[in-house]
Amino acid sequence: MADNPFPQSRDQLLQAYRTMRTIREFEERLHIDFGRGDIPGFVHLYAGEEAAAAGIMMHLGSGDRIASTHRGHGHCIAKGVDPLAMMKEIYGKKGGSCEGKGGSMHIADLGKGMMGANGILGAGAPLVCGAALAAKFRAQAGQPSDVAISFVGDGASNQGTFLESLNLAAVWNLPAIFVVENNGYAESTSRDYGTAVDSYVDRAAGFGLPGVTVDGTDFFAVHEAAGEIIARARKGGGPAMLECKMVRFHGHFEGDAQTYRAPGELDDIRSHHDCLKKFAAAVTAAGVLSAAELQAIDHEVLGLIERAVVEAKAAPQPTQADLLTDVYVNY
Amino acid sequence: MARKISMKQAINEAIDQEMARDPSVIMMGEDIVGGAGGDGERDAWGGVLGVTKGLYAKHGDRLLDTPLSESAYVGAAVGAAACGMRPIAELMFVDFMGVCFDQIYNQAAKFRYMFGGKAETPVVIRAMCGAGFRAAAQHSQMLTPLFTHIPGLKVVCPSTPYDTKGLLIQSIRDNDPVIFLEHKNLYGFEGEVPEASYAIPFGEANVVREGKHATVVTYGLMVHRALDAAAALAKDGVELEVIDLRTLSPLDLDTVLESVEKTGHLVCVDEAHPRCNIACDISAQVVQQAFGALKGPIEMVSAPHTPVPFSPVLEDLYIPSAAQIVAAVRRSLAGGRQ
Repeated sequence: MADNPFPQSRDQLLQAYRTMRTIREFEERLHIDFGRGDIPGFVHLYAGEEAAAAGIMMHLGSGDRIASTHRGHGHCIAKGVDPLAMMKEIYGKKGGSCEGKGGSMHIADLGKGMMGANGILGAGAPLVCGAALAAKFRAQAGQPSDVAISFVGDGASNQGTFLESLNLAAVWNLPAIFVVENNGYAESTSRDYGTAVDSYVDRAAGFGLPGVTVDGTDFFAVHEAAGEIIARARKGGGPAMLECKMVRFHGHFEGDAQTYRAPGELDDIRSHHDCLKKFAAAVTAAGVLSAAELQAIDHEVLGLIERAVVEAKAAPQPTQADLLTDVYVNY
Repeated sequence: MARKISMKQAINEAIDQEMARDPSVIMMGEDIVGGAGGDGERDAWGGVLGVTKGLYAKHGDRLLDTPLSESAYVGAAVGAAACGMRPIAELMFVDFMGVCFDQIYNQAAKFRYMFGGKAETPVVIRAMCGAGFRAAAQHSQMLTPLFTHIPGLKVVCPSTPYDTKGLLIQSIRDNDPVIFLEHKNLYGFEGEVPEASYAIPFGEANVVREGKHATVVTYGLMVHRALDAAAALAKDGVELEVIDLRTLSPLDLDTVLESVEKTGHLVCVDEAHPRCNIACDISAQVVQQAFGALKGPIEMVSAPHTPVPFSPVLEDLYIPSAAQIVAAVRRSLAGGRQ
């Protein structure tokens, strides 16, 4: 093997690829199975955006919290939520991450620091202020300096909750990071139509926060920028914003015909802006990872996803007794 | 015993004692410390009506003044609760819940169920409620039915300083989200309150006056109106039983049913607007579960289906009165079967 020109170790690069490939295969399988009518409800796929989740979450431990979006599967997988439990959840089955009571838009695993995908756009940002405040109190009591990260799309970045949270995090100097996943579309409406400023760095500055924009399809760029912002927050340097410019391989939701896209747009982003292809090309060209190593991961991941689907389909349905449980801790 | 303090002081004492007992209790709200960041006195206000005055001196930065951003800080309280803290968020007026309702009814209320029973969100959201302050349509509502409707929320609305202290301590210790509503016209109301800490369990109504002829069920300020009505009716030999629900969710229906079995007549009183309110809810449940015990029609006394007016003349007409309760009791008794 050649000398490693990347700041990440070989093991970290293998981990990053495995995370991104797991998200990709999870989502592409959901796309197929949703089309077959196997999956109830709404599904919003993260395929195409994997480098952001992987590049950011590699800096986090289980004490660090994240709040996700309606497009949350990628964040869950990258934060360490069990894909087998996730698949059961998406099928609405017992043994799912939320025992079938949450579904795709509400997968959470608080033990892993995953505070939930969220069906309400922008709602995660205030929650992350609270998680960061709790982390700040814990750090003052001598515990590790954890951070909290709010993910938001370019669309939901116009919600008042998000904008208020930028200010609250700044005035309380919270270890909170706001990641804008800019995939160019607020559902079907273009980012440029719905957001007056071009730069999220400008918007962050308006709230007194530092901001960085990176190519969100470049794992290495995301990893580096996120690392600096997260390290700064851990040292008490306060909140920051990270804009990841990225592409969405699928529609807003499954079933979206995507007629708002330009002709040839989907072919172009899959051909030229696929974060997994870019990552694989970089690491193999540098001779750090071999094509065979990547293929072995591909093979393992396909097996994992197949197993997840088989187990999800075989898992028991919730029963009438489950309808009324867990509304309260005590009532 | 025999120490009398106001409801306002009871709130302060409950928060003080719980913050001293449990370091995970924090509190946030607009001006709850007062004067943060200015050149003058920190702790200048202690909340807009001085309810939290003095707590900053004892508990320091565990009390946080906030920007005027209810969505952000109520959501932050909910998020901190999901991460091991026991936050108390104060909104000055319950009317402001509209600004941050998503964080309450889509987030805090749903986490436990939506996450498969694996989340606890021990947050208390306190606010003043109720009319009579000449504060007009956006600072005078009850809104209790709105919160009672939502599964996952607990709703408390006390009528005395004693209940306020015990129920607020229980709210802070409780592991579910609690909406704690304090009637602003009771803030100065004094009553006997032990200095020692105590918790009153949720879901236990209080029979504040025993009587055999008719039952009045209510909560909050209207408990006092019902007691006034009871005193007036007693002169005519009509003995009212007055039940203070204390918590609207969970609801102690058993105490209501026992009373109706005894008296056969029920008047439900609610300061909230009349459609889908607590009075309607109690009436419907009593009809379903104790129809045979009823000797007359159930009567309801509520505020009208209008916003709260500003004019003192109109506001006094708006708020349910003891006279209206007396009339309702008489209607129920007159419409009775033998």
